[in-house]
Amino acid sequence: MNVKKDFPILKREVNGKPLIYLDSAATSQKPKAVIDSLTYYYENYNANTHRGIHTLSEEATDAFEKAREKVAKFINAERIEEIIFVRNTTEAINGVMRGFAHDYLKKDNIILTTIMEHHSNIVPWQQLAKEKKAKLEFIDITNNGLLKMNEFDGKIKNAKLLAITHCSNVLGTINPLKEMIKKAHKYAIPVIVDAAQSVPHMKVDVQDLDVDFLAFSGHKMLAPTGAGVLYVKRKYLDRMQPFLFGGNMIKEVHKDYASWNELPWKFEAGTSDIADVIGLGAAIDYLEKIGMNNVRDHEKELIKYALEKLSNVEDLEIYGPTNPNLKGGVISFNIKGIHPHDVSEILNSEGIAIRSGHACAQPLLKRLGVAAIARASFYIYNTKSDVDALVKGLEKVKKVLKK
Amino acid sequence: MDIYSENILDHYQNPKNKGKIKNPSSSAEDFNPSCGDKIHMDVLINKDGVVEDIKFDGSGCAISQASASMLTEMVIGKKIEDVRKMEKKELLDTLGITLGVVRLKCALLPFKVLKLTIYSYLGKTLEEQIY
Repeated sequence: MNVKKDFPILKREVNGKPLIYLDSAATSQKPKAVIDSLTYYYENYNANTHRGIHTLSEEATDAFEKAREKVAKFINAERIEEIIFVRNTTEAINGVMRGFAHDYLKKDNIILTTIMEHHSNIVPWQQLAKEKKAKLEFIDITNNGLLKMNEFDGKIKNAKLLAITHCSNVLGTINPLKEMIKKAHKYAIPVIVDAAQSVPHMKVDVQDLDVDFLAFSGHKMLAPTGAGVLYVKRKYLDRMQPFLFGGNMIKEVHKDYASWNELPWKFEAGTSDIADVIGLGAAIDYLEKIGMNNVRDHEKELIKYALEKLSNVEDLEIYGPTNPNLKGGVISFNIKGIHPHDVSEILNSEGIAIRSGHACAQPLLKRLGVAAIARASFYIYNTKSDVDALVKGLEKVKKVLKK
Repeated sequence: MDIYSENILDHYQNPKNKGKIKNPSSSAEDFNPSCGDKIHMDVLINKDGVVEDIKFDGSGCAISQASASMLTEMVIGKKIEDVRKMEKKELLDTLGITLGVVRLKCALLPFKVLKLTIYSYLGKTLEEQIY
């Protein structure tokens, strides 16, 4: 796969070297087609949706709702109204927390999550647990960075809600969701999935998984920032309350009360991020053309190659599974005795962009016994030569900083 | 890359005043949440109000460690009132490198901890915006 040419930003240089972008788990780069969709929108049919009778508003509404259809088809939702547009994964999870879990959870109920979650799937539940005097429990990981399934089997029976990531943004671990959701449903436990690191990288089928709530961000899948998705299974849509109030989400407003708009608009208060949602539609078109199975195969091959190459780098420790079948396009690591910020800084001098820090997963880093990590993450535009550059860069890091 | 100057690397690899003071006049600690860098500082102030000794401890990137090392060298023998009034520019000039917004926090963490020790010694609260 060679799609680098479709991404204008990958032509730029950083510190006099061609940019090698290995931070797609934070945000992906955007192909020309997506950028063009924004320009075209603003230059040709910029208008507010769902309100005007005029042509521009008609066209904008049509494009906006077409994007919803594309998203629904992309994750194989049964119905279009199961797709709610939000800003990002965090906002989507907060929406489930406020709109569903808040009424559903009672005192002493257990919210079950895992130690490998991003803060976005921990902090909202922490807040809710505090508010409702409920409990938040964590499933631990093995030394290979896989969930302890026996622990899950024991804890799920007593839980009231399961909030879990599909793919860890640090370890890369792809969790056995289908099996876990099946077990949760045996005890009638609704499941909320953080799919921020899975939907952009592999085929995710919400009906096959039988997931109840699923959250992801467009900006990690070639789309602009500001267009996130909350999928809610139809049977929960009627139980869910609006979590933002105001314009667009209403049907009728009186001085003393209001009634809500139809699904899914009752969950989309205020003017939506119209251009960026349309951009998400363009991103999905682009990804569909490549095919999500090809995206996954490409990344799997890269991960396999990178794991091999990195295992030859002395003093380098890799966190998470080393089996490419169980790992998304993310490799977190540390070089013994060197702080990841320094690793990242020196790689940057070679034009290589990686992430360093706590990767928004402080409880996991604590569990791993490290204060910070360096993380290289891959997407469709990365190649084996990017991996080679990374390995070469790491040798330079050691040369500069080794005591 | 320019930030790993010979001077910075020297202080990183052979930090000055690293360790603890047995009976410090004041101590403080802080960390940088974005990278987990942690700095602890002990300061010994004599009866004339002069910094007689200062030591730092902790872990972090080359910049935070080198900055802590240099900072301790800068304040030994100084009056606490002068340390209290010290501006971050002084430290940054001594570091002699240009830092972006993110790495600036690494460099200024020791500066913040130093100020915390002084303010706590004076029984005051640090109100200065460090970052």
